[in-house]
Amino acid sequence: MLEIFQYDFMVRAFEAGIAIGIVAPLIGMFLVVRRYSLMADTLAHVSFAGVAIGLFFKVNPVFTAIGLSVLASFGIEALRSSRRIFGESVLALFLSGSLALAVIILSLSKGFNANLFSYLFGSISTVSTTDLWVTVALAVVVFLDIVLLYKELFFASFDPELAQASGLPVKAINFMMVMLAAIAVAISIRIVGVLLIGALMVIPVISAMQYGRGFLTTLVLSVIFSITSVIAGLFASYYFNLASGGAIVMVALLIFLFSLAFIKSGKE
Amino acid sequence: MRDKLAEPYIELSNVSFSYDHTPVIEKLSFTVRKGEYLGIIGPNGGGKTTLIKIILGLLHPTEGAVLLFGKDRHDFKEKHRIGYVPQRVTQADREFPATVFEVVRTGRIPRLGFFQKFTAKDIEVVERAMKIAGIERYRDTLVGNLSGGERQRVFIARALASEPDVLILDEPTVGVDIGAQKTFYEFLASLNRDHNLTIIFISHDVDAVSQETKTVLCLNHTLVCHGLPRDLLNEHVLERLYGKHSHLVNHK
Repeated sequence: MLEIFQYDFMVRAFEAGIAIGIVAPLIGMFLVVRRYSLMADTLAHVSFAGVAIGLFFKVNPVFTAIGLSVLASFGIEALRSSRRIFGESVLALFLSGSLALAVIILSLSKGFNANLFSYLFGSISTVSTTDLWVTVALAVVVFLDIVLLYKELFFASFDPELAQASGLPVKAINFMMVMLAAIAVAISIRIVGVLLIGALMVIPVISAMQYGRGFLTTLVLSVIFSITSVIAGLFASYYFNLASGGAIVMVALLIFLFSLAFIKSGKE
Repeated sequence: MRDKLAEPYIELSNVSFSYDHTPVIEKLSFTVRKGEYLGIIGPNGGGKTTLIKIILGLLHPTEGAVLLFGKDRHDFKEKHRIGYVPQRVTQADREFPATVFEVVRTGRIPRLGFFQKFTAKDIEVVERAMKIAGIERYRDTLVGNLSGGERQRVFIARALASEPDVLILDEPTVGVDIGAQKTFYEFLASLNRDHNLTIIFISHDVDAVSQETKTVLCLNHTLVCHGLPRDLLNEHVLERLYGKHSHLVNHK
């Protein structure tokens, strides 16, 4: 067995990482095709405020992150569907608003600490057994929701008006979609970090889209790219002592550049 | 008249609709019967698209009653009986990664429940719909890679896949080049004639409507005229619809 797997914390990081690697692009795909890529970053910043609240009140930050981001996801969708504010502006509002909240709570708790830094950029050594169980359980929930409601999610993303005319409860589907995104983001920040989770949700998807295939094929490709990024990134992170989030996203970026080059060479 | 005896599919009585107190449709009443091929014409902002959205249940009338297949719109659940082909002028779905098959298949969704999977029969109907629309060779092509006319057929195939009784098309020839338009109208006529499909077809193109459809409805906030194209489409009606200085061009 490889030396890397002799450490329990590394095994936990791989298990949680693969769970995230599957779920992140599944959610990301629906966000990207709806021109809603910024949603992942917004929810990540909301989760960060959730982490700050958790650290302040000394409860597990993963729980407060999930709670706050799910709550915010409902607020975002309600404001967006009211059409009083542009969808993009709603995201900007929540992104900076939650960052302000996080900073205030942190200054109340007398400054930044190392633990907080690990939430910003992702850390593999800090995944506890509880974190692992919560991550895997919620990843399974998100995964099953997407598989079971695939045809509805696809239709509501492809043409919301047509879907509604066909009798689909598009509003409810949209709410569920952002709620699943909120859960996926909150469970991912332990390993990938607040600042980089958006990248893991979006980059594997846009890489897969370069191959010009149908929706399902693109979705499967994006999951393959994402898992590859997580595994390769975690290895790099361990052997070269790098922040896991940075390493994972860098691999995802390399896959994207490769995909782009592959398409370019195919067209010539 | 023969058509008067046919089963009423869509009935509107005294329907009014306003956006923020601005009336768009006022006291509109008409009936669409089985087998009809109805063209709806009228100026932009005259309420054509609003009317379609009311029929589809996307907008709710401020006043009046809408009966669909004999049922009040609130009780109407068989959404698959109305196939809708929306106006496709946006570029949005050009980049959407979906194959023709994946899009046409969504037509089966109104016939399936949540969590239900597509069956072999569903796939069979989807394949047949693609064949009728003449796009079966594009089955695995991305919708965004097709021309305007081909994409229009994808959306018609999608509507046909739900095996509807009524097909509603909103400005179907926008973005379709002139050559393809002729074939397209022949295709619509054959759907009405050979597949016994009731068709409602919205257009700003008075010529096309007068030549292609069996009946015509002129809408400018309220009903301006309703009947046979040759009786109605004269200078007098057009003036009421579009204002003075409107002329029928190239009316054969």
